Amino acid sequence: MQNPNQLARFEQAALPHLDAAYNLARWLTRNDHDAQDVVQESYLRALKFFGGFRGGDGRAWLLTIVRHTCYDWLRQNRRYEPLTDFDEELRDVESDAPGPEALLLRTAENQLLRRALEELPVEFREVLILRELEGLSYKEIADIAGLPLGTVMSRLARARRRLQQALTPRMREEAHL
Amino acid sequence: MICHETRDLIHAYLDGELDLMRSLEIERHLPACQACALIFQNHQALRSAITTGSLYHQAPDDLRRRVQSAVRQADQAKSKSWLRSWRWLSVGASLAAVAVLILALIPTGTSPPADDLMTKEVISAHVRSLMADHIYDVESSDRHTVKPWFNGRLDFSPPVTDLTEQGFPLKGGRLDYLDNRPVAALVYQRQQHIINLFIWPSAQAPQKAALKPVTQQGFHLIRWESAGMTFFAVSDLNERELEEFVRLALSQISPPTAPSGARPDR
Repeated sequence: MQNPNQLARFEQAALPHLDAAYNLARWLTRNDHDAQDVVQESYLRALKFFGGFRGGDGRAWLLTIVRHTCYDWLRQNRRYEPLTDFDEELRDVESDAPGPEALLLRTAENQLLRRALEELPVEFREVLILRELEGLSYKEIADIAGLPLGTVMSRLARARRRLQQALTPRMREEAHL
Repeated sequence: MICHETRDLIHAYLDGELDLMRSLEIERHLPACQACALIFQNHQALRSAITTGSLYHQAPDDLRRRVQSAVRQADQAKSKSWLRSWRWLSVGASLAAVAVLILALIPTGTSPPADDLMTKEVISAHVRSLMADHIYDVESSDRHTVKPWFNGRLDFSPPVTDLTEQGFPLKGGRLDYLDNRPVAALVYQRQQHIINLFIWPSAQAPQKAALKPVTQQGFHLIRWESAGMTFFAVSDLNERELEEFVRLALSQISPPTAPSGARPDR
């Protein structure tokens, strides 16, 4: 990239989305130090591939690269990563059981919520982060995560059910303390 | 609309991703069905807990600077690499010429060092770094950039000090391979002279450091042990200045005031 305009163009397209990049990396790696390294590495990769960027949404483009870099990182540091438990699915923990949780949820402690989110398997965590914290549409999430639209929708549904299931007993415990 | 249909679509409805027709159907169903309404309320409550719960991680202030400087350096390195390959080639060639000259003039100037093999290996690594246009993996004068770069690439954390004020600016770092293991190589510069400082954990108990320069092929080498690490400085810089570099590095890595056995770098 010998053209200084090109570097300026890259910085204009990618640097404004540093918060989005860090937020995603921070939620996927679950610690600050690794998230910072992943973000730096992502920007270097982005610079390398900037020739392939056709303009448009710089955030979605950058987040795609951040997600890839995070997964590379996770592959190397898999030890602490909760994996989807298929037994659980057989027991159908994700069914919607109506209960009077709404009131409890409204007062949910941030700390509880944060922990429950961090403990979600990564493929559920990422769709929730992209949808709820980044406010991205199903289509954008599908592009970033390389998933069919229908899968994005069903993962979000399952992620929310899991989160609710994880929170409810904890909140009841807290309420009784 | 029946309940299980509603429950499948309730998330798309919540996310505003449902078409108008089906949105209206859900809006008709919810007031009529208490169970579905409760589920909807729960998901709504969860969503507002997440979005209002200050769960968004803002990037730390210094990350912006760090990323920007890494990007600019990478960009610069790319555009300069063509130029640099020629420069290093000529530097390498003149180094080789000087080495040949010195060898011819003082054939038996120095006594062979104890670990001759290691010395040879270190010199080869030094020369290779100058000739092959691969002197830095990470090019930065900021030790807070260079040190973390080694994380995950080595099974130890090398002490990185900046000696710019003392006239030996840090230029960067890279991975190298010595003594049958990956090692850290820190690159310093004194005028036109490059100093490679190789660092790896000591295999055996520290020997009393002689800190005497060894000269081979026109390069000077100084080896020492400190804080559980083996250090090897190599350069074509003159002996006196290389000794000064080592003295400075040593005082930064393990200041004389630190209690013995402590790791000042941690």
